Amino acid sequence: MTDDMSAIFREELRDLLESLERGLLDLKSRPTDTGLINQVFRDLHTVKGSGAMFGFTALAAFIHEFETVFDRVRAGVIPAGQEIVRLALAAKDEIPGLVDGDPDPDGRREAILGALRDIMAGQPVAEAGAEDLAGPPLARLRFRLTGAALAMGARPDILLEELRGLGAAHIVADVSAVPGLDRLDVDTCAIGWSMDLPAGVTFAQLEDVFLFVDADWQHDPVKAPTGADAPAPQDPTPAPPVAAMAPPPVETAPSVAAPPARDSRADAAGATIRVPAERLDGLMDSVGELVILEARLTELARESRDPALIATAEQITRLAAGLRDTTMTMRMVPMRSLVGRFRRLVLDLSDKLGKPVEFSVIGEDTELDKTVIEKLADPLVHILRNAIDHGMETAAERAASGKGGTGLIELSAAHAGAEVLIRVRDDGRGMDPARIRAKAMAQGLIAADTVLTDAQIFTLVFEPGFSTADRVTELSGRGVGMDVVRRTIESLRGSLEIESRLGEGTSVTLRLPLTLAIIEGLLIEVAGERYTLPMASVQEIVELPPEKTQPKRTGDFLDIRGRFVPFLRLRALFDCAGQPGPAQNVVIVMSGEHRVGLVVDRIVGTNQTVIKQMSKLHASVRAVSGATILGDGSVALILDVAHLVGMGRAQTEPQAAAREVAA
Amino acid sequence: MRLHDIRPQKTLTVVTMTLGVQTLAIPAHLLREILDPLPVTRVPGAGPHVPGVVNVRGSVVPLADLKHALSIPDEGHDDRRRILVLEVVLGGEVAVVAISADAVHEVTTIETQAIEPVPVSAQGWPPDYLTGLYRGAQGFVLIPALETIFSNLANRPMANLL
Repeated sequence: MTDDMSAIFREELRDLLESLERGLLDLKSRPTDTGLINQVFRDLHTVKGSGAMFGFTALAAFIHEFETVFDRVRAGVIPAGQEIVRLALAAKDEIPGLVDGDPDPDGRREAILGALRDIMAGQPVAEAGAEDLAGPPLARLRFRLTGAALAMGARPDILLEELRGLGAAHIVADVSAVPGLDRLDVDTCAIGWSMDLPAGVTFAQLEDVFLFVDADWQHDPVKAPTGADAPAPQDPTPAPPVAAMAPPPVETAPSVAAPPARDSRADAAGATIRVPAERLDGLMDSVGELVILEARLTELARESRDPALIATAEQITRLAAGLRDTTMTMRMVPMRSLVGRFRRLVLDLSDKLGKPVEFSVIGEDTELDKTVIEKLADPLVHILRNAIDHGMETAAERAASGKGGTGLIELSAAHAGAEVLIRVRDDGRGMDPARIRAKAMAQGLIAADTVLTDAQIFTLVFEPGFSTADRVTELSGRGVGMDVVRRTIESLRGSLEIESRLGEGTSVTLRLPLTLAIIEGLLIEVAGERYTLPMASVQEIVELPPEKTQPKRTGDFLDIRGRFVPFLRLRALFDCAGQPGPAQNVVIVMSGEHRVGLVVDRIVGTNQTVIKQMSKLHASVRAVSGATILGDGSVALILDVAHLVGMGRAQTEPQAAAREVAA
Repeated sequence: MRLHDIRPQKTLTVVTMTLGVQTLAIPAHLLREILDPLPVTRVPGAGPHVPGVVNVRGSVVPLADLKHALSIPDEGHDDRRRILVLEVVLGGEVAVVAISADAVHEVTTIETQAIEPVPVSAQGWPPDYLTGLYRGAQGFVLIPALETIFSNLANRPMANLL
């Protein structure tokens, strides 16, 4: 086996395991859903099959035992109980280890299989597929071949043989639709059949039988007395067609037996292709370069004043914009790819903490750039953990406050303009502003006389080192985490808000940009050097009042419609030589709830900014979040607005400054 | 790259370049391309070791000045100045880094036996920053330990508020 093939298998396995986990988790809440049971069985079967094909025999053997159990579940012999689902989830976790050939020193795998065998031993063993004429027939099957089935090569005798193999008994032919001799058609099968089937025969098995024929079949899993509604027994082989005289009068209506809802993955497979992420990244890089060159071309064309060149450049601009949009769309990944993990997390936490929780997800089809999705996983884990560990009450506490025993945690995602809103809402105990305020004061985060709105108080939980938990649990309460959440979200150019009502619950909302690859930028100039600000953060641009041109020893403020906004002189900050011109502008930028003014020499204009990461050699330069390449080929640095706003605040509050340095 | 790592090979192919009065040899397998001077964008607060970035075929690449790391006095530069684009391993990943050279001379193959360790008592160079040196036509040629130099630069503590 080549490494390539093994890589293909691993990739496929990842999807299968995700689907399997999702199926199992859904099965926990809907244990009688046959569609789910079938999906789980199919996933297990595929894992086993491809595993064996790629030489992972230990994996195949392990899964085989599982498949057997789920085959019984599928046959309705064993109910899909909580214990089976729990074991299956544990088994699913063992699969990656089996693939990697990890040893199992604690004997976990054997323990799982042992528990499974116990479950099976406690149940009557009904061998699905074996002929069981002694048992009472529990289901009835009727079928009829539709259309020109015989012309297509259908062999009713083989079908019947297969059905007998499944245990079909009392097979009766229905000849009521056979027309007169003059109207018989060689291509049409005018005979239908009905039969009794053992209870163990599942829909999926029948589906397999009828996979390659156009048949109208009806599976009736109700108890029916043997042969009750059957006409007089007849020879079950079709009457040999005698002559073709006229078009067939037999039913040609479309098949009415609705095929069972197929796995959506199978449907989607035909219309999608799998592309390695690096290729998408490579494509995005190329498109980024194209956008940059297009800007260069447009500039050169304008300088040349050649109408033909200008027209060509305009066409290239249009093409580049289309290509850019398509490429960005290709990088979009639905939230669903993350949600599976969270379902499991919530389930495990709720079990561990003894807090029954229902986890609902809204808008899992909402799409985000793949880079954003990847970076979003950790912050959301933190937020969900907090919601269950701190926010959610125990069942007893909930009962005492008149709530239902099961708590609700809702994860929702929705588009709002160029942003995506992701919200985690719980109906737990909510946050107490007075308590947070007291804690923050005790921890020296705010002064005793600081006036804060409730919303501002809630954002204190994102400060480094803040924790309201009276005790540190294994899961949370150490005060690390929420500040990491904020930092990650800000690094994604997003922001977060928190709302809470005491006793009613809390909701944390993340606002994220749709993409990280190309943004709208505002190009500014400071001492002949050009920098880019993300347009989304720019609030307004004002002139620097003449009386403010000289730096003051104390903090510099601007009065923006009655509100004081601190400002930073980029010339001084960036250590630029020379004196500024007489007219300077101030760009007011915002991050979260705070604003800062940036004094610049000149506003150059807006541009499409293709974001390039800074090298690790510049990791210590925090005022710069990235770089972009301008139309003339030079590099402009992208300023980190969140960091600059922090510096502006530091200028106003010495305490905040101390914290910034510590962070 | 340590001296004992390259000794097993019989020869080492290098590109020689000048920094100030000193000649350096850069292992050729690290070199991606040599470019004419490019417009440099200064990175405020980055310090003298890696003062700016350049656009190398659409990528933003940091431009390092090895004079500071190797304590070589600046003698100014003329139109022989070039930029060497290198691929070095930085924090476990291959990173593209550019360095300035006052002049680039030749690609040459040297016997690894001829490479000597840096004398402990020698001058002001941090010994970690040099793999070794050998005798060239015009005096000693230094082989900088680029990966050590760049790793140290990448892990610098945050020196300022910027």
